[in-house]
Amino acid sequence: MNKEEAIKKLKVRVTPIGNGTAIDHIQPGVGLTIVEVLGLDVKEAAAIALNTESKKMKEKRKDLILMENRFLTEEELNKVRLLARGATVNTIKNYKIEKKERLDLPEKVEGILQCINPVCITNHENIKTKFSIKKNPVKAKCFYCETSMDEQEIKKYIKK
Amino acid sequence: MHISFFLMDSKNSLKKTDFSLTDIISIYDFRKEDILFVLKKAAEIEKMTPTEKSLLLKNKIVASMFFEPSTRTRLSFETAANSLGAKIVGFSEAGVTSAKKGESFSDTIKTISNYADILVIRHPLSGTARRAAEVSNKPVLNGGDGPNQHPTQTLLDLYTIKKYVGRLEDLKIGFVGDLKYGRTVHSLATALTHFNATQYYISPESLKMPKHISDEVKEKCKVFETEELEKFIPEVDVLYMTRIQKERFPDQLEYEKVKDAYVLTNASLKNAKKTMKVMHPLPRVNEIAVEVDETEHAIYFQQTAAGIPVREALLEILSKVKK
Repeated sequence: MNKEEAIKKLKVRVTPIGNGTAIDHIQPGVGLTIVEVLGLDVKEAAAIALNTESKKMKEKRKDLILMENRFLTEEELNKVRLLARGATVNTIKNYKIEKKERLDLPEKVEGILQCINPVCITNHENIKTKFSIKKNPVKAKCFYCETSMDEQEIKKYIKK
Repeated sequence: MHISFFLMDSKNSLKKTDFSLTDIISIYDFRKEDILFVLKKAAEIEKMTPTEKSLLLKNKIVASMFFEPSTRTRLSFETAANSLGAKIVGFSEAGVTSAKKGESFSDTIKTISNYADILVIRHPLSGTARRAAEVSNKPVLNGGDGPNQHPTQTLLDLYTIKKYVGRLEDLKIGFVGDLKYGRTVHSLATALTHFNATQYYISPESLKMPKHISDEVKEKCKVFETEELEKFIPEVDVLYMTRIQKERFPDQLEYEKVKDAYVLTNASLKNAKKTMKVMHPLPRVNEIAVEVDETEHAIYFQQTAAGIPVREALLEILSKVKK
């Protein structure tokens, strides 16, 4: 069996999902963070492929997550948008892709990021956090204390 | 005649085109027009007689909520409110409030909003002023939210420059000393981007202006960063001095190296422009020699005095704001 055949065989093993969500073209290395942030358990995660080959990706590698009977709320989608810019989220119903979204950064997020600033009021009182997001370079600015977080910090401070 | 004009004026609410804000939280919220509107109002109020002034906030109640002690800011706000004829309620430390009983900041603000027409707030945590503005139906004036913003300081700095240098446009200004932690410096540098200022950041390597601020300023203004003070003294219209704080240094040896790096004396000012002005947010330690106080350059005591008309102007403006 050559490599191509082996890949084909491996792909067969990923059972298609009837109802649920597929997050595809995730930058390699980010897949497990998404699993953690979404709090997926064994029953929901139909398949997780890490660092698998992909012709489309710049890195020629990707992560992939298939979730059975699990649909993402807007809040969860925003978490994935922050983590996996450029990935695609497919909502599947009756084995058909009902909705497909190529993820871009949201302009604003509420309640999903913790502020990095230890003296920010949101870390001392039960207040829904609010951040505005800027691209190039990626920055999240706290609505309350005006502290900015860079891309690495954003990833670290997404609420689990 | 003059008095009735002001009375009539105070009944009118503000036009959004003149002043766009409903709360004074952060210097980042200000358009250039808003800054100029405050400075113009401060100049008008400064020319008024005590009687004229005392009618501006008659029958208004100002809550002076100081969750941490701050003598100068609190007294100047309360002086301003008093001279405009307002009544003041409030506290000067958190220990006497229900925060001690475990009440949240947001609940305290909602409660006091029922009593007062304007809330002046100082708090050790950042973001508290913005939160207060969000939950209160009354205008909020930020008197300092932790290490974040202190917009009235910036406005009084601008007022001082306008008054004693004569203009705000096209200034050459040197910021000296602790540019890393000094929030007054960060806010003023940002505010001056509206006025095409050339900015000189003069500090030891360890206390440089944070990159995110200098990057932002550089988008609109010329910026020079250096460790040398004397070389740039002849260039500038304003020298904004700051205190280098011992507690900021993890390494005391490092502090010893820089503590006397920027001491302004009459000798070091000999090549300055005659009209050059020296500012300082005070308190000072040794960064400006006492002998400089007697020169034409020193305006740091006038600068603290400017806190009154500027805070009076802000209170008067907020008394007309509809939220």
